[in-house]
Amino acid sequence: MRNLKLIIRREYLARVRNKTFIIMTFLSPLILVGMFMLVGYLSMLNTSEQQIIALYDETGIFSSDFKDGRQVQYLDFSNLSFEKALVKVREQEYYGLIYIPQKENGGVGQIQFFGVEPPGLGTVQAVEKTISDRLTKRELMQRGIDISAMEAAEVNVDVEIQNFSGQRTSKMSNYIKMIFGGIAGYLLMMFIIIYGNMVMRSVIEEKTNRIIEIIVSSVKPIHLMLGKVLGTSLAGLTQFSIWVILGAVLLWITSFTLGIDILSTQKEQMEIMGQMAQSDLSLFLTDVYNLPLLSLFIFFVIYFLGGYFLYSSIYAAIGAAVDSETDTQQFMFPVILPLMLGIYVGFFAVIENPHGSISTVFSMIPLTSPIVMLMRIPFGVPWYELAISLSLLLITNLGVVWLASKIYRVGILMYGKKASYKELFKWLKY
Amino acid sequence: MDNLLVAENIYKSFGNYTALNNVSINVPRASVFGLLGPNGAGKTTLLRIINQITMPDRGAIYLDNKPLHPDDIQHIGYLPEERGLYKSMKVGEQALYLAQLKGLSKADAKMRLEYWFEKLEISGWWNKKIQELSKGMAQKVQFVITVLHQPKLLIFDEPFSGFDPVNARLIKREILQLKEEGATILFSTHRMESVEELCDYMALIHKSNKLLDGRVSDIKKEYKSNTFEVGMEAKNEPALLAELQEKFIVGNATFKSIHTDLKLRIQLQENESANHLLEFLLNRAQINHFVEVIPSVNDIFIQTVTRDA
Repeated sequence: MRNLKLIIRREYLARVRNKTFIIMTFLSPLILVGMFMLVGYLSMLNTSEQQIIALYDETGIFSSDFKDGRQVQYLDFSNLSFEKALVKVREQEYYGLIYIPQKENGGVGQIQFFGVEPPGLGTVQAVEKTISDRLTKRELMQRGIDISAMEAAEVNVDVEIQNFSGQRTSKMSNYIKMIFGGIAGYLLMMFIIIYGNMVMRSVIEEKTNRIIEIIVSSVKPIHLMLGKVLGTSLAGLTQFSIWVILGAVLLWITSFTLGIDILSTQKEQMEIMGQMAQSDLSLFLTDVYNLPLLSLFIFFVIYFLGGYFLYSSIYAAIGAAVDSETDTQQFMFPVILPLMLGIYVGFFAVIENPHGSISTVFSMIPLTSPIVMLMRIPFGVPWYELAISLSLLLITNLGVVWLASKIYRVGILMYGKKASYKELFKWLKY
Repeated sequence: MDNLLVAENIYKSFGNYTALNNVSINVPRASVFGLLGPNGAGKTTLLRIINQITMPDRGAIYLDNKPLHPDDIQHIGYLPEERGLYKSMKVGEQALYLAQLKGLSKADAKMRLEYWFEKLEISGWWNKKIQELSKGMAQKVQFVITVLHQPKLLIFDEPFSGFDPVNARLIKREILQLKEEGATILFSTHRMESVEELCDYMALIHKSNKLLDGRVSDIKKEYKSNTFEVGMEAKNEPALLAELQEKFIVGNATFKSIHTDLKLRIQLQENESANHLLEFLLNRAQINHFVEVIPSVNDIFIQTVTRDA
């Protein structure tokens, strides 16, 4: 036990003192913030660009319907000849030309769009909607239906969502759950991959440094492996905590510099809540507060540890089996695969139906359960499912750690042997 | 005899490959024991089993007449053949860590490290990283780490391979001094001349089997072939040579001598002694050189290995 503690301490310090660790810990939040700002800036650039679209309307009934917006400006070229209009659009490098032909019987012919490149989906939809609205209205009028009466008779429906215990939620609530679950699951995957790789590299380092035999003459290989896995996990939790603290500080600084007083906003919110007790905003806030945030956090830590132990002991075994990092490629794919599967199942099946059979099954399978279950937790998971999932994870952990330690024990003293799956299987029997 | 370490009928296989086939060795207390054998004979496997790094399939190890226990690592110092240190860790920190893994308290480890660092004149390295040191410097640190916890049994796997000559001499000197202080040293090597210099006992392992073992002087006695190298001056050399060839098995010998004399290698019958030859030669020649040919460990090694092949 004393040795295990010593090893955990050394591994932890070795990770935390590493320059890359320090740089990444403090830089990656900044990079993340910078990336968001860049994306925001770029999309602003994109939307501030105004498109000029020419209209060539032979029927003369639509020109008033195409209204200039922030992103589009319509020019009516109907008084030119069609050929001239086309040439002008080209010369002026306008976005395109909408051609609305008139049929001989007075009806509207096939509408066409001319442009250098195919128009964006949004533009096409807007054009189609404008024309079809006008045509529908005309059609209705021709059939003698009073449009103003129809408009007056329109009813707006807003379904109120309520669960069986009578709690009201906004329609946003599923999105919020999705976002929280998705972020947690994705973060978990990243942590497993990053820290699993760290464990693997550290095993390879000990092997190539040839210090391994000096150490295993003092401690049991399984202690070294466990110490390494545990020490590295502590480094991971340290990084996570620093990020949380850093995030809080950054948030405080930004709100301070932007002049947003947290207290006053809270007061305003209270007022808003008071005024419109059941407004969407207050529902939104209650939704966030109604999220099982605490249990999400607790289960994040539990599933992180469970999933991380599972994968990092596999990573440790891989590190022991090879001589250098370049040899790890053939083993990496089968390790990444279940993690990717977990993420895909999470993003497709869980969001579609959080309690469907696919989601439930994958939140039980230990290799994917940490990710999938985390994504399901915001939607509410019965305790017995959690219990089954966690016990399966625990049992698998014990088995995998045991198997990995067998490969590890043999592998760390093996040099120059190209490890194959067959070879690894043999090592299990030594 | 008082043995510190006894290995009894050790058998170990890796898959289909037998690494050790019923090998037994007895290492007497306060002696230097050499484990000899060509590369791949199974020496390192045996040392790893003694260090409890690998477990034997069959057989038992006794340390101090008790079956080997996991806690016994405190009494063993091991310098493996493949040795290295953490490159980015400071020398002092690293030595402290490894010493603590051997069961020393931090304060104790620090005190002893300071003593050894001073002794080997490496005190200035405490805060250096291993990657800043040369290979020879790192070897000194490794040696200190091996002996720091004052183990009863010191195990060196090929201690002289990879050491530069200066450090190799230093290691030899320290090994002998540690033996004086009561430690027992077991080392493996395929370099026979180091056995001659250092070892009291030896065992020869070849292709997973132990071929011979015992006190080095006993083994040499056993392997000597009653042969003598003689250098002499005679009035009638051809006649003497003819006479000798009749009585003994005679060959040419080469050794350095200030005389320009007849140099011969003469093998006696088993029941004859050196005196027989001396008596015979006394009246016939002036003897300048008379030495019994003692087989070197290298000769014994080659002889045994080829005999069993």
